[in-house]
Amino acid sequence: MRARVLIRPKAGILDPQGAAVERALPALGFTGVANVHVGRLVELDVEDSSQLQSMCERLLANPLVEDYEIEIVN
Amino acid sequence: MQAGPKLWWVKARSDNAEMRRAPAPQMKFGVLQLPGSCDEIDALQAARRVGDAELIWHAERDLRGAEAIVVPGGFSYGDYLRAGAIARFSPAMESVIEFARDGGLVLGICNGFQVLCEAHLLPGALLPNANLRFTFRQVELDVVQPDTPFTRAGAGLARLSIPAKHSWGRYYADAPTLDELERRGQVVLRYAPGHNFNGSLRDIAGVTNEAGNVFGLMPHPEHAVDELTGGFTDGLTIFQSMRLAVEEGAHV
Repeated sequence: MRARVLIRPKAGILDPQGAAVERALPALGFTGVANVHVGRLVELDVEDSSQLQSMCERLLANPLVEDYEIEIVN
Repeated sequence: MQAGPKLWWVKARSDNAEMRRAPAPQMKFGVLQLPGSCDEIDALQAARRVGDAELIWHAERDLRGAEAIVVPGGFSYGDYLRAGAIARFSPAMESVIEFARDGGLVLGICNGFQVLCEAHLLPGALLPNANLRFTFRQVELDVVQPDTPFTRAGAGLARLSIPAKHSWGRYYADAPTLDELERRGQVVLRYAPGHNFNGSLRDIAGVTNEAGNVFGLMPHPEHAVDELTGGFTDGLTIFQSMRLAVEEGAHV
């Protein structure tokens, strides 16, 4: 089955990538943008979806500084 | 001013004299070589100024009798996913984790620090620099804990000047963890005022584990061991301290 893992920096941890994007958007004329955060998306086919959480804890995310969400696509 | 080659010759001679005075059985460093490491030769050369040293390839489990381990800087496994995340699972690192749990001395420099954090041998994590730039500069470090197996040879040296070069060096741990680290004396080095370019919390540049036998720092002591290159030799203190610690351990 296809799975998607969305990984984002934990709330409250300085996210310089998000801050850079937040500064760049108004420069292009986009207004009213706030709280931009940049994370990453891992898509994978897995036979056993029960292993996904352990994959996230051990490798895909660093639980100390990142939150993750697992989504089964089909 | 003397010409370069002449200086080289003078330096080589004094090194030989040093080596003649050194006691016969030397302690041995093992320096990991991971795919994507790039500072392992400098680490090897730095270690050889104070003892014997050998490279250990990442696929090997045998630490070849090393009495102290250096996990060097670079971009292990391309730093894919997160800096240090994949290196942590290499066979050599599995042996290093066991070695550390048995009390062996382990030094992680830059990428090596990231690997040790990912391996949970050290608390916290290294995040992208607050300025989002790869930055290379000489940094001044305050020695917060002068009496550790990694700083003891400094004889009360309050400050080290050594280079730093990285893009993922912002030290992070949550506030209760930081309080604990400070309370237990695990914060060994801090960036001096004005030198914390990466945004590390509480200016932390180097920390040990709770037992005190594993140490990681972002700046590069192995690049500050020779007057000829950069004119700073403060980095030697770290390697000399490790040698002292191993020798003292052997005689206790």
